[in-house]
Amino acid sequence: MTFTQRHLLGIEQLRPDEITVLLDLSDKYADRNRSRATSTDVLAGMTQINMFFENSTRTQASFELAGKRLGADVMSMAMQASSVKKGETLVDTAMTLNAMRPDLLVVRHPHSGAVDLLSQKVDCAVLNAGDGRHEHPTQALLDALTIRRAKGRLHRLSIAICGDIAHSRVARSNIMLLGKMENRVRLIGPPTLMPAGIAEFGVEVFEDMREGLRDVDVVMMLRLQKERMDGGFIPSEREYYHRYGLDAEKLTHAKEDAIVMHPGPMNRGVEIDGTLADDINRSVIQEQVEMGVAVRMAAMDLLARSLRERRSAMDKGVMA
Amino acid sequence: MTTLITNARLIDPEAGRVFPGSVLLRNGVIAEVFDTPDPAIGTDHVPQDARIDAGGKCLAPGIVDIGVKICEPGERHKESYGSAGQAAAAGGVTTIVTRPDTRPAIDTPEVLEFIRRRANEAAPVNVLPMAALTKGREGREMTEIGFLMDAGAVAFTDCDRVVRDTKVLSRAMTYARALGALIVGHPQDPALSTGAATTSGKFASLRGLPAVSPMAERMGLDRDIALVEMTGVRYHADQITTARALPPLERAKRNGFDVTAGISMHHLTLNEFDIADYRTFFKVKPPLRAEDDRQAVVEAVRTGLIDVIGSFHTPQDEESKRLPFEEAASGAVGLETMLPVLLRLYHSGDLDLPTLFRALSLNPARRLGLDCGRLAKSAPADLVLFDPDKPVILDRFQLRSKSKNTPFDGARLQGKVVQTFVNGTSVYRSA
Repeated sequence: MTFTQRHLLGIEQLRPDEITVLLDLSDKYADRNRSRATSTDVLAGMTQINMFFENSTRTQASFELAGKRLGADVMSMAMQASSVKKGETLVDTAMTLNAMRPDLLVVRHPHSGAVDLLSQKVDCAVLNAGDGRHEHPTQALLDALTIRRAKGRLHRLSIAICGDIAHSRVARSNIMLLGKMENRVRLIGPPTLMPAGIAEFGVEVFEDMREGLRDVDVVMMLRLQKERMDGGFIPSEREYYHRYGLDAEKLTHAKEDAIVMHPGPMNRGVEIDGTLADDINRSVIQEQVEMGVAVRMAAMDLLARSLRERRSAMDKGVMA
Repeated sequence: MTTLITNARLIDPEAGRVFPGSVLLRNGVIAEVFDTPDPAIGTDHVPQDARIDAGGKCLAPGIVDIGVKICEPGERHKESYGSAGQAAAAGGVTTIVTRPDTRPAIDTPEVLEFIRRRANEAAPVNVLPMAALTKGREGREMTEIGFLMDAGAVAFTDCDRVVRDTKVLSRAMTYARALGALIVGHPQDPALSTGAATTSGKFASLRGLPAVSPMAERMGLDRDIALVEMTGVRYHADQITTARALPPLERAKRNGFDVTAGISMHHLTLNEFDIADYRTFFKVKPPLRAEDDRQAVVEAVRTGLIDVIGSFHTPQDEESKRLPFEEAASGAVGLETMLPVLLRLYHSGDLDLPTLFRALSLNPARRLGLDCGRLAKSAPADLVLFDPDKPVILDRFQLRSKSKNTPFDGARLQGKVVQTFVNGTSVYRSA
């Protein structure tokens, strides 16, 4: 049971035992973060660069904090305002940064597959912080950790993911992770927000929210990504809230102890009732944010270990 | 000039047969076809140095490739008439029918004459240009169809930019009908396909890529066929790549409309899963389809419902491909690789050689009213001699095109062009 990945590009590439290793280490970091001694030096002397080609506050802050707590030198670049505007291609940007010899590169990009492309051009470890509608692996991992801590296990659970599945990388990574760990995944949303061929993903699809929520252990709400909408996917916000917004009444169809999750940022009154989101007995939304830092620390720790091993193997190769 | 090619396996797409024989070429045409491998012709008639022993290899009418993009004018660094002509000769393509989607578009007789002159100077194979159907390919005003025909345009097309306004298209078609011009359409509903990089379905959803329903092709074809019925124009659909578009095509033909259809080599040999981890060399237009669709269109080529196979040769430089999949340019080069790639369908037992050359040579020539594409007496001596069994591993950097964007880099193929003749003259001979 070892973690041998060079990059963290998606859940698709991870084996179930690697996911478990990652979550076990995340658990340790989560406990450590709750103690006073938050900082360590496992990444001391290493450089982490955050490249966000798409706006982000929380994910970027979470990665930044995770890196700092591990003792890395962290630099964040707002790529929207930089060379991209001057016409530099992604590959050129990657080569430029690679020449600065970073150890960890955290990348978010609006196009699916862009982080994969970038990872092929650099020597360091790359973490996908979200690429287009493709994957957002650390979000799925932090969701998994939150579920595991709340439910005591991460298998044989019934989990509903609700809302804008079509435009959501969070949904894709979660479907894959929860499936790999042998859970039942249900997707709930209007058909205009369901990707084509989704039934072949090994999930159950529901258009009626109450039916979809019946007896589930976990309700995972997704943000209705207004900025992704070309227009015309749903008739109006209020009709959406009426049919697919999570409120106390709809939640009664789930198990009594079902937890409510949301990757944030929330649109209160669009996809989730504000009071429900704040209900500490049901909502684990704040805990998700907390687990985010722990999961990112664990991911970077493990990638740094493989990076060191690879480098020392290369050094030996040079000497031999 | 006289040449005698002996000891060949002759592929006759008109008669649908393969037989051992030999061919006498004289003054640029096929002077005689013999059904014996070594006809008794004395060296006083054909001297020793004008004889080619084919060694049992296949001899077929040269390929007529409709829809080749050569990037002159505008982007000569991607492809020129010289480089494309060399690639064509090495691929057994004896007639290139070029697309007008250059920068600027080929939409005036002056530009058309310029490129014809360039082509004749630089390319060792026949080059016939298509012209834009609307000015600047903008879908607003029709081009000077009459003048363009006088200047040598063999067909009219806006390529992958679908004319959205049906009124504009119906008028252009009505006008074209009066002149007997052929219109080449790109059947695709323009609204549904906007921004799409893949075909919708499990694969596109898994990769999170913007996708278009395969139904968009049928919708585009339905519209165009209705306009054909309305105007009576001669119409060719550039690429029919989905199973759902085949019944309307079949119906249109059965109803006697002057409609034909083509398909690209890529849609016959690849499917959407080949894109794998965002490999942009597999990004083509329309996007690669599901395997069920691929099998359906191979069958449609076999039955003749789909008439023409083309390379849809589209050179792109490394910069326009080395981008995230959504941003990357579409298209692949194919002039040089088309024959070996399509021979996969021969080796798999899907298509026999006469059927393949019916779609590669005979049908496209007929559709454009050309005399070539046949292995018959008095036809132009445009021929390809090839070894269908020779194993090759494709190396994209060996291609003659200036651009190397082939999805078949490293592919194991079976088949190699040995020699190509245009008007009786050898324009390529493999090392």
